[in-house]
Amino acid sequence: MQYIIIIISAIFVNNVVLAQFLGICPFLGVSNKVSTSLGMGAAVIFVITLATIVTWLVQTYVLAPLGIQFLQTIAFILVIAGLVQMVEIILKKVSPALYQALGVFLPLITTNCAVLGVAILTIQKEFNLLQGVVFATATAVGFTLALWIFAGIRENLELMEVPPVMRGIPIALITAGILALAFMGFTGIV
Amino acid sequence: MNHFQNFTKGILKENPVLVLLLGMCPTLGVSTSAINGMGMGLATTFVLVMSNLVISLVKDFIPDKVRIPAFIVIIASFVTIVELVMQGFAPALFEQLGLFIPLIVVNCIVLGRAEAFASKNGVVASIFDGLGMGLGFAFALTILGAIREFLGSGAVFSVKVIPGDLMLVFILAPGAFLVLGYLIAISKKINKTK
Repeated sequence: MQYIIIIISAIFVNNVVLAQFLGICPFLGVSNKVSTSLGMGAAVIFVITLATIVTWLVQTYVLAPLGIQFLQTIAFILVIAGLVQMVEIILKKVSPALYQALGVFLPLITTNCAVLGVAILTIQKEFNLLQGVVFATATAVGFTLALWIFAGIRENLELMEVPPVMRGIPIALITAGILALAFMGFTGIV
Repeated sequence: MNHFQNFTKGILKENPVLVLLLGMCPTLGVSTSAINGMGMGLATTFVLVMSNLVISLVKDFIPDKVRIPAFIVIIASFVTIVELVMQGFAPALFEQLGLFIPLIVVNCIVLGRAEAFASKNGVVASIFDGLGMGLGFAFALTILGAIREFLGSGAVFSVKVIPGDLMLVFILAPGAFLVLGYLIAISKKINKTK
């Protein structure tokens, strides 16, 4: 039951993009087409889950026993940057097809603050490893959901007559605002 | 380019938030009130100035291939300093800004300036560039925070201007997107007519 609550709250109630404002850059950057948004979403789900496992292990077995939790920020960002590089190299060797599909998005992910954000949140919420993994995956699914819906809206927006100063980012932000308003309807279900 | 230009370009012409559209996550996340926006802006300014300073000093010793990880470590060190200082001296603000303090590390403005400016220019120029960009960021965040605070609760810098609650939605998540969208549109309009 507690896992279901974690999942629903991470995907809908506290949606990572629309309620917590993490990962806005890719949200605005790669949401022009539905197909690329799904590719980015898949890459994010993969990296966030992996990064959360590794950073949780680093926190529990390295930082906490040594009493150097204040190095958390430095340690986590290094782990994530290294991890993304490694995933890229391994994918290239092991599964060229998957690399073709996800490869272009991987370098972008290091600067996606959702990855570091989720890693830190998992520690702050004092989840155990399994809860952390569930939380991380659900958050990334929430990111993909928001990105996917938003890309669909933006594809239609292309066909609209928008005033010149509002074109591009301003209208995208206002659309995101309305989408966030819709997601606020989920408040209170868990 | 002289130092004065390095300093002023970040505030208006190349404002990181309103023109370059960098650092969106903290911009949207912490601008619930003018004071939060300003706190976040000044914290980022400190990190920007210090990391620009150090990076422009050590740029000749860092091999080109590992420069990005090296920059990130330098930035992360200063973020940790800010985190600890804030926790000690401004615990209320630290509580409010929460997750977004450690996330200064992945703020694209900081790494962007390190890569685009500090790794190519001298120490003094880099300091002015960092200061200008940082204050431009703080400026945008304070304005955004003030507008949201005013529309949401009728107060500016926690001083009540209009009694009672106004449109609470502007303090919540959707308001951030809406106000920033209109702010960027306005700044586009101003830059175009100039």
